[in-house]
Amino acid sequence: MRLTEQQCRDRAAFRSFVAKEITPHADQWDEIQELPPALVAGLAAQGYLGALVPTRYGGTGMDAVTFGLLNEAIGYGCSSTRSLLTVHAMVTHAIARWGNEAQREALLPGLATGDLVGAFALTEPGAGSDAGAVLTNADLVPGGYRLTGTKRWITYGQRADLFVVFARCAGGLTAFVLDRDSDGLDIQPITGMLGTRASMLAELRLRDCTVPGGRLLGRVGFGLAAVAASALDVGRYSVAWGCVGLLAACLDVSLRHADERVQFGRAVREHQLVQRMLANMATSLEAARLLCHHAGCLKDLGDPTTVTATWTAKYFASCAAFRSAADTVQILGATGCGAGHPAQRLLRDAKIMEIIEGSTQLQQTYLAQAAYQAYRL
Amino acid sequence: MDAIKASTRRFLGGFFRQADLADDTDMFASGFVNSLFAMQLILFVEAEFAIQVEDTDLELDNFRSLDAIARFVTAKRAAADACDAEGQPDAADRTTVS
Repeated sequence: MRLTEQQCRDRAAFRSFVAKEITPHADQWDEIQELPPALVAGLAAQGYLGALVPTRYGGTGMDAVTFGLLNEAIGYGCSSTRSLLTVHAMVTHAIARWGNEAQREALLPGLATGDLVGAFALTEPGAGSDAGAVLTNADLVPGGYRLTGTKRWITYGQRADLFVVFARCAGGLTAFVLDRDSDGLDIQPITGMLGTRASMLAELRLRDCTVPGGRLLGRVGFGLAAVAASALDVGRYSVAWGCVGLLAACLDVSLRHADERVQFGRAVREHQLVQRMLANMATSLEAARLLCHHAGCLKDLGDPTTVTATWTAKYFASCAAFRSAADTVQILGATGCGAGHPAQRLLRDAKIMEIIEGSTQLQQTYLAQAAYQAYRL
Repeated sequence: MDAIKASTRRFLGGFFRQADLADDTDMFASGFVNSLFAMQLILFVEAEFAIQVEDTDLELDNFRSLDAIARFVTAKRAAADACDAEGQPDAADRTTVS
């Protein structure tokens, strides 16, 4: 993987920040199911929350590869923190890409500094992989739109200041930017999830919730085809790189333990069946990283094939991360199963990666279609 | 216009059988189009023709057929040329993440 000198410097800075501010605390955050406000402030101070905000709105304006490296670094330390970065980046991207100038000027500076944190509200009790099944409704009323419906499993919904919400309007899916303090919006925390337990999920209950007309994002009926599709591409890309970080964490934990643990009179690393797991893990890490880098390079070129490349990267990286996390627990045995040990957190978090931003099965369906398209059959 | 249609037709060849795609074929009426196709089409149009699809350009009639895309691209280029002549920026600076 070839990086520019600047990208190498940025990667070193990301890893240094994560080693100091994130990794040592990840197990505690997982246990209390919460990310501290100071962490969000720290991410903002580093410019990470403004990663995809153009510089003229106060953001960092990262290229795609650098943004990927940031996600890998944070994914190494804590997938819950990476989830926060993911949804915030999806919101900032949606507004930067499809907002009008007034929306960009009003919202992007705050999103870049962390004064505003965004969350992405598409999923509903009956609409997950099938995003077109959204039932939340938006009616045109004087001065704006009135939203009614329920959004569920909204990452960082417990704390986010604004939400990009999708609702059916005049028959078509449409995106809106909704403030947390909007009348008619009730936010209920969701706890006890299997993995990424500190990502502070919430259910949003919208009952005659009014959003001003100026908060319509894009055009009526283009919520899915334009706003959601491109934001989910950002999310998928972010998660894919996050899986690379998770994989790297698995390999680190496994290598150290296999080196230190002695069984049958020799280090576990010397047992061939353990070597098989370590070899698969190391190979998967390199392959996943290369697929993610390829998708990022295509994004930086504006090449439309980045869409399929991103699906490929996310599919491979998330499956490999789960396999590797399961092998990590296997190598560590009872130690890895223990409360508060990173290995069990990595396994629980890795399972979530196979579900979010396109389930493994949805990716398989899409990638099979894409293969036919590539071969023009 | 013919050059725009020719390169767009090559791109669409991965999604539609060439024989089924006349200049005025309504792609949205085919039932094939989904959000991922729409996103790739927008990325293609932006990269291939060096234009920026803005929120105000989100109209089905701009992307419905080869004819429609050629008209849209031609109009966007003309508007960009007019902006350049007046020394105005024609698109917001953006990160490269699609």
